[in-house]
Amino acid sequence: MRQLDSEMNETPSSYTLAELLICAASEAWRGNGELLGSGIGTIPRIALGVAKLTHSPALLMTDGEAYLVEEPVPLGPRGDWKPRFAGMMTYMRVFDCVWSGKRHALVGPTQIDRWGQANISCLGDFHKPKVQMLGSRGFPGNSINHINSMFVPAHSTRVFVENEVDVVGSVGYNPARWQPGMNNKDVDLRLIITDLCVMDFSGPDHAIVVRSLHPGVSFEQVQAATGFALLPASDIGTTAAPTHEQMALIRRIDPHNLRAGVLKNNPPGVPA
Amino acid sequence: MNKQIGLDTVASQLHDGMTVGIGGWGPRRKPMAVVREILKSPVKDLTVVAYGGPEIGMLCAAGKVRKLVYGFVTMDLIPLEPYFRKAREAGGLEICELDEGLLHWGLRAAGMRVPFLPTRVGLGSDILTYNPGFKTIQSPYADGEVLLAMPALPLDLALLHVDTADRLGNTHIHGPDPFFDDLFARAAKKTIVSCEEIHDRLDIARPDDAKANLFERNLVSHVVHAPLGAHPTSCAPRYGWDLVHLKKYAASAVEPHGWAHYSEQYLGGDEGRYQDAVGGAQHIGALPMPIF
Repeated sequence: MRQLDSEMNETPSSYTLAELLICAASEAWRGNGELLGSGIGTIPRIALGVAKLTHSPALLMTDGEAYLVEEPVPLGPRGDWKPRFAGMMTYMRVFDCVWSGKRHALVGPTQIDRWGQANISCLGDFHKPKVQMLGSRGFPGNSINHINSMFVPAHSTRVFVENEVDVVGSVGYNPARWQPGMNNKDVDLRLIITDLCVMDFSGPDHAIVVRSLHPGVSFEQVQAATGFALLPASDIGTTAAPTHEQMALIRRIDPHNLRAGVLKNNPPGVPA
Repeated sequence: MNKQIGLDTVASQLHDGMTVGIGGWGPRRKPMAVVREILKSPVKDLTVVAYGGPEIGMLCAAGKVRKLVYGFVTMDLIPLEPYFRKAREAGGLEICELDEGLLHWGLRAAGMRVPFLPTRVGLGSDILTYNPGFKTIQSPYADGEVLLAMPALPLDLALLHVDTADRLGNTHIHGPDPFFDDLFARAAKKTIVSCEEIHDRLDIARPDDAKANLFERNLVSHVVHAPLGAHPTSCAPRYGWDLVHLKKYAASAVEPHGWAHYSEQYLGGDEGRYQDAVGGAQHIGALPMPIF
């Protein structure tokens, strides 16, 4: 039995970068107890399912619409499989969870700055945008109330901008944004998972630190794709490869392989 | 008491410069039949408050909007609403962009008839920068915390689409998420509800569905029978959104005279003509719910 377990947890010989990112992103929710997990987008959603089915079974999660489920709902057409609902999570209740701090969302901003501030509203001048996007959505409320992590499928200086993001939706650790008496103690940014590396905010004054590099990626490469200075973690390592168990769960949660369409050309996890 | 009015008289309830709240959420349960009546009407200079979907793009394209108050505008699977995008990128619209939760907070304040409600949401963000009229307030208690005083968002008129209504103004919503329709109704001086099904009295016709009634009939001024009236948005659990139509609509935004062509093709006649133009009532009623 012991031998079987170790076989199950060995690293598969091949996996895609998307699968590596899913496993790295699933770590975001480790130790979160019964928080409502939200994974916005294909890879974050699969990652949440992997977290729930491995290290964090207590997490609350939804079907992506309005119901709470105890088993992750697979992505895409489901045949005869029907989700079983444990309860409701209407948007009104999402707001209640958000405002009480009982949530950890993994979101995909268009721009992120050195302070962890993030933008999905618009690019350019707010009064006459170059590109109008979604609006601020729940970013201001999420970021001031509960834990947030971020997913970036194409790490570049267009995402990790040199100065402040064009519109600060998600708040962060920029002292200039906070006036005396404002309570920002619940601003809690955790992981940034990109196609190059995993970062966190563990540097001095929450500076962004590269924790691990994906196979074949150098720190210099990450720095060159980032508009501000990064710190390497003193114990910087290589992002952990998926285990057989994680790979099996990924296939179960994403039976139509929608993850293959997220990253350009669906590259392998370990470059050839 | 009979609050039913004809769809063709809805536009006469609007006047220039009004503040109109629209229920639903993105491409979900929008009162589109009523919106189409507004598109065809001469009304203009509206302030529109919504969790925005295609109704916002259409109202912008038709030149009905002076000011937009929103947390987002999106059609989900088509993330960027094309005509909203065009209107924003052209500049000139007055904008009040909010966090989603702040929008519900402003509607709540209006419904409770207080000038503002306090919250941390918005602090530290550009919500304060781009809404220079928003003020902070210090807690009068020992904590002394500085909070955003989210101003009330009172509406002249709320437009909602529900599953079932009666002529007294009672309504039932059967979709799994009621969104914030109740708050729109509470924030508004008048509410017009369009519905899939209409009855004389829901207590007699649908006595077992009372839990689907989410706001009181004394908030409802008029009821309009508009079956399939949420198309091209969804009306769960009855029908899903029409992605094919939404894609056509989105594609029109990048064509020369795209909006004029869209209006010509779909908005020239009454709701029956519209339904025929988009594939027929049977087609709409059979649109599957989206799977995520």
